[in-house]
Amino acid sequence: MSEILPIIVAKYNYWLYIILMMIGLYAMISKNNLIKKLVGMNIFQTSIILFYVSIGYKTNATIPIIENAHGDSHSPHELIIHAADYINPLPHVLMLTAIVVSVATFGVALALAVKIYQRYQTLEEDEIRMRLTEE
Amino acid sequence: MDQIISIKPLLAVLVSLLIIPMLISSSDKPNVREGWTFTAGIIKFLIVASMLPLVLQGKEIVLTLFEIAPGASIAFKVDGLGMLFALVASSLWIVTSMYSIGYMRTLKEHGQTRFASFFALALSATIGVAFSANLLTLYLFYEILSLATYPLVVHHQDKKSKISGRRYLTFILGTSVAFVLPAMLYCYHVTGTLEFTTAGIFAPGQMSKPALTVLLLMFVFGFAKAGIMPFHSWLPAAMVAPTPVSALLHAVAVVKVGVFSIVRVLTGIFGVDLLAQFNLGIIVATIAAITILLSSCIAMSQDELKRRLAFSTISQLSYIIFGVALLTPMGLLGGVIHIAMHAFGKITLFFCAGAIYVATGKKYISQMKGLGKTMPITFAAFFIGALGVIGLPPSGGFYSKWYLLIGTLESEYKFLMAILLVSSFLNAFYFLPIVYQGFFSKSDEEPSNKAETSGATTIKEAPLWCVVPLVITAIISVVLFFYPDIFVNLVKIGLGL
Amino acid sequence: MINTNYPAILVLSPLLAALMCSIFSWCAKKLCYPTAIISLGISLYASIEVLMQVMDTGTIQYRMAGWAPPMGIEYRIDLLNAIVLLLVISIALINLVASYQSVNQEIGKKSNTFYAIYLLFVTGLVGITATGDLFNLYVLLEITSLTSYAQIAMGDKDRGPLASLNYVFIGVIGASFYLLGVGYIYIMTGSLNMVDVASLLPSLHGSSAVLVAFIFCMLGIWIKMALFPLHVWLPNAYTYAPTVVSRILAPLMTKVMVYVMIRLMITVFGFEYLFEKLNLAEAVVWLATIAILAGAIMAMAQKDLKKMLTYIIVCEIGYMVGGAWLGNELGMTGAILHIVNDALMTFALFLALGNIVYKLKSVHFDNLKGLFGKMPWTMAGFVLGAFSIIGIPPTCGFFSKWYLILGAFEKGAYHFAGALIISSLLCAVLFFRIFEIGFFNNEHDEHNTITMSEAPVSMLIPLGLVSLSLIITGLYSSSIVNKIILPFLQ
Repeated sequence: MSEILPIIVAKYNYWLYIILMMIGLYAMISKNNLIKKLVGMNIFQTSIILFYVSIGYKTNATIPIIENAHGDSHSPHELIIHAADYINPLPHVLMLTAIVVSVATFGVALALAVKIYQRYQTLEEDEIRMRLTEE
Repeated sequence: MDQIISIKPLLAVLVSLLIIPMLISSSDKPNVREGWTFTAGIIKFLIVASMLPLVLQGKEIVLTLFEIAPGASIAFKVDGLGMLFALVASSLWIVTSMYSIGYMRTLKEHGQTRFASFFALALSATIGVAFSANLLTLYLFYEILSLATYPLVVHHQDKKSKISGRRYLTFILGTSVAFVLPAMLYCYHVTGTLEFTTAGIFAPGQMSKPALTVLLLMFVFGFAKAGIMPFHSWLPAAMVAPTPVSALLHAVAVVKVGVFSIVRVLTGIFGVDLLAQFNLGIIVATIAAITILLSSCIAMSQDELKRRLAFSTISQLSYIIFGVALLTPMGLLGGVIHIAMHAFGKITLFFCAGAIYVATGKKYISQMKGLGKTMPITFAAFFIGALGVIGLPPSGGFYSKWYLLIGTLESEYKFLMAILLVSSFLNAFYFLPIVYQGFFSKSDEEPSNKAETSGATTIKEAPLWCVVPLVITAIISVVLFFYPDIFVNLVKIGLGL
Repeated sequence: MINTNYPAILVLSPLLAALMCSIFSWCAKKLCYPTAIISLGISLYASIEVLMQVMDTGTIQYRMAGWAPPMGIEYRIDLLNAIVLLLVISIALINLVASYQSVNQEIGKKSNTFYAIYLLFVTGLVGITATGDLFNLYVLLEITSLTSYAQIAMGDKDRGPLASLNYVFIGVIGASFYLLGVGYIYIMTGSLNMVDVASLLPSLHGSSAVLVAFIFCMLGIWIKMALFPLHVWLPNAYTYAPTVVSRILAPLMTKVMVYVMIRLMITVFGFEYLFEKLNLAEAVVWLATIAILAGAIMAMAQKDLKKMLTYIIVCEIGYMVGGAWLGNELGMTGAILHIVNDALMTFALFLALGNIVYKLKSVHFDNLKGLFGKMPWTMAGFVLGAFSIIGIPPTCGFFSKWYLILGAFEKGAYHFAGALIISSLLCAVLFFRIFEIGFFNNEHDEHNTITMSEAPVSMLIPLGLVSLSLIITGLYSSSIVNKIILPFLQ
C-alpha cells in the first residue's frame, strides 16, 4: 500500500480523469433515463478535456504570453524564453475545439431526446422499448 | 510450340454475349429473335472452325486480356483439347437453337427471351472455359456458367424448380467456392503461376504426397459439374429444366465443362508425370469407377426418361475422368475423345425425350410402350444415340470405349477393364429395353381408345423443328464412326501424344 | 497557384457550399441542390487532379494557411488517400444525383437543409482522409459523426431518433477513446503531426504509454468502424436512416474508418512496432475471423433486406481488418483494395435497395416477391453487387478476396482464409434467398402477370454505372494494385 500511494498521489490528475470517466461510462451504460445517459456522456467527455488541460500544466509556470515580445523591449536579455516558465498552450487550445465538439454533440443529442419524447411521451428507455415491441 | 496471337478466341466468346441486347430488344418479335440466335450460333461456329486448321498444324492461338497478378491473368489459349470441346459445343448450339424453337413454341413456354438470352450467355461461358489458358480464367468462366444456367434450370418458376434450383446452386456454386477456390489459391501461393502446361506447375519435390492428394481431391470434387459422386445429385435435379437445356447444357456444355476442367487440372496443373510419380491416378480412377457403376445401377431404376438419361450422363462423365486418370496415352485419348462422342450420342437421346414429350406429353418410360410405331424416326434416332452411349458400332462412341479398354490394358491396373465391361452391359440394359418396347411392345393405352387403334401405324411425330435436329445429331454420331480423325488428331495434338 | 491548392479545394468546396446551402434554405430554396452538385463536382475534379499529381510527383504536403508542421495543420496526400478521396467524393456525388427523387420523397420540406448537412458530412469524410494531423482528424471525425447523427434522425419517424441517439452514445465513446489515445501520443512525443510522430516514436517503443495510446486509438476506431463485437450500433442506425443517407453511410463511413486504421498502422505506428514489438496481430486476425463469421450468420437471421445488408457490412469489416493485420504485403494489398471494392459494391447494393424502397416503401422479404419482373434493371444491378460480395469473378469482390486469401496463406492464417471462403458461401446463400424470393412469384397468383414498374431513369443510370464499374475495377484491379497500392506500401 505504501508503495502504491505515492504513485497515485504523484499522478493524481490521471486518476481523477479515470474516475470521472468511469462515472460517465457507468451512467451511460446503466441509467435508464436518456437524459441521465446524456449527462453521463458529458461527464465522460469532460474527463478527457480535464486530462488534456492537466497535461499542459506545469508547476510554477505562467500563462504563455510573452511580454515585450515585439521588439520594443529595452533590455534584450529579457527576451530569452525558458519553456519551463510557461504553460504548454497547445493542449488548452486543442481543448477549445474539443469543448465545441462536445457542446455540439450534446446539443444534437438533446434535440434527438426531444424528438423521442415527442414521439413516445417518455424518456425511459425500457418504456420506449416496450412501445416498440408492442407496435 | 508455335504461338499465334489472335483476337479470334475472344470473338468466339463474345459473339453470343453481344447478341443478348439484340435478343432483348427483339423480345416481341420471336422470329427476329430466333434469327439473331442462329446468326450468333453460325458466326460462333465459323470463328471456332476457322481456328481449326492452325490448331491441326500444331499451333496454339493465344490472347492475354488482363494481367491480374504475375502468373495469373485472364487469357485465352486455343489448343487441341479446347478446340475439340469448343467445336462440339458451338456446333451443337446451332442444332439446339433449332430444337428449342420447336420445343418452346409448341409447349408455349413463357419467358422465351429470357431463356434465349441466358442460353447465349451460357454458351459464351462454355467457350470461355474451352479456351482458357490458365486456371483463373477457367474458374471465372466456370462460375459465370453456373450462374447463367440457374435461371434456365428454374425456368418454370414453380415450387419444384425452386427446390431443384436450390440444390443445383448448392452443389455447383458451393463446391466450386468451397473447394476449387482455396485449392487454386493454394496452388498459386505455392508456385506463383496458374498456367496450364503439360509438365504441370509444381516443381519436383515441391509438394508432399498427402498435400497433393488433398489438392487433387479438392479439384476433383470441387468441379462438381462433372457429377462425381457424391456431388452428383444436382444433375437429376436439374432435369426440371426445359429439355433443350437438359440436352445442350446438362448433357454437353455444363457437365462437359466440369469434366474438361478436371482434365485440364490433371493434365495442365498437376501434369501426367507428377500424378504417375506419386501414383495418384488410381485414386481418381477409383472414385470415377465407383461413380460409373453406382450411377449405372441407379439409372436402371429410374422410370422418368430424363432422369434415367441424367444418371446415364453421370456415369458416362466418369468414363472420361476414368480414362484420363489411367494416365496412359490410350486412356487419355479415349477419355478426352469421349467428351465429343458422348456429346453427340447423349444430346440425341435428350432430343428424343423432348420430342416424345412434345408430341405425346409422356415423361415416363413405362408409358412409352409401342410408341416407336407412331414415332419411328424419333425412336430410330434414340437407338443410334443409345448405341453411341453404350459404345457399339456403328457410332462414334465405339472409338472412345475402344481406346479406354486399351488404356486399361496399358495401365498396371488391368482389372479396371472389368469395370468398363460391366458398365457397358449395364448401359445396354437400361437403354435397349426402351427401344425394344417402343418398337415391339403393345401400348397399354391402345385398348382404351379404340378409335385410334386403326391408326396404330399412323405416324405422329413431333414438329419438324424438333425432329430435324435429332436426326442431324444421330447422323453425326454415325458419321463419327467412319471419320473420327479430326477429333482423334485434336486430342493427340492437345495432349502431345 | 490553383495547382498547388487542390488539397484545400477538396475540403473547402463542400464546406463553403454547406454554408451557402444553409443560407439558401432561407431565401433561395431552389439553389440548394445545384449548389451541392456543383461543389461536389469541383471537389471531384480536384480529387482527380490530386490523384494525377500524386502519381506523377509523389506525396503532396499542403500546409493549411501556410503554418509549418508540427505546429500548423498539414494535409498530406499520398497514393492511399488520393484513391480514397476520389472514391469518397465520387460516391458522394453519384449518390446525390441518384437520390434526388428519393430525398424529395422521404425528407420532403426539409430537403434543403438536408443538403447542407450532407455537404458537411462529405467535408468531414474528405477531411479525415486528407489530413496529416492526429487532432485535426479527431475534429473532422466528430464533424462527420455529428452530421451523420442528424441525418439518421431524419429517417424512420418511429425508430430513427432512437437509433441515432444510441449511435451518439457509442460514437462519443469511440471518439473519446481516440482522443485519449492522441493525448498519450502527445504526452510522449509532443507532436500531433503524423509523420513527425512517426519519426519520434521508434525511440519510445518500449514505453507502456505508447502501448496505451495505441490501444485507445485502435479501440476508438474499431468502435467507429463497427468491428464485431463493437458493431451493435450499426445495423439499427443504418437501417432506420433515410435511403439517401444509408446509401452514403454504408459504403463510406466504415471504409473511411478502415482507412484511418490503416493510416495509423502504417504511417504513425509503423509495421515494425505493430508486428515485431506487439504480439497483438494474431489476436486481431482471430477477432476479424470471428467478425466475418458472426456478421454473415447474423445476416442470416434478418427478414428485412436493408438490415441484412447492414450485417453484411459488419462481415466485410472483418475482411479489411483481418487483411490489414496479417502483417504482410499481400494482406495489406487485399485490405486496401477491398476498401475500394467494398465501397463500390456496397454502394451498388444500396443504390439498388434505394430504388426498391422508392417503389415499394418496405423491403421486408415478403414484399419482394416477383421483384425481377417488376424492376428488372434495378435487380440486374443488385445481382451484380451481390455477385461481387459473394466474390464471383470477374466482379471486383473476387480480386480483393484473392489477395486476402493469398495473404492469409502466406501468414499461415488458415482460419482467416477459411472464414473468407465460408463467408462467401454464406453470402451466396443470403443473396440467392433474395433472388429466389424475387424470381418466384406467389404460387397462388401465378397467372397474374406482373407489370413492370421501374424506378425513374435518374436513379437507374447511376446504378448502372456503379454496377458496371464493379466489373471494370475487377478487371483492372491489377493496375490499381501495381500503380497505387504497391508503390504506396514500398
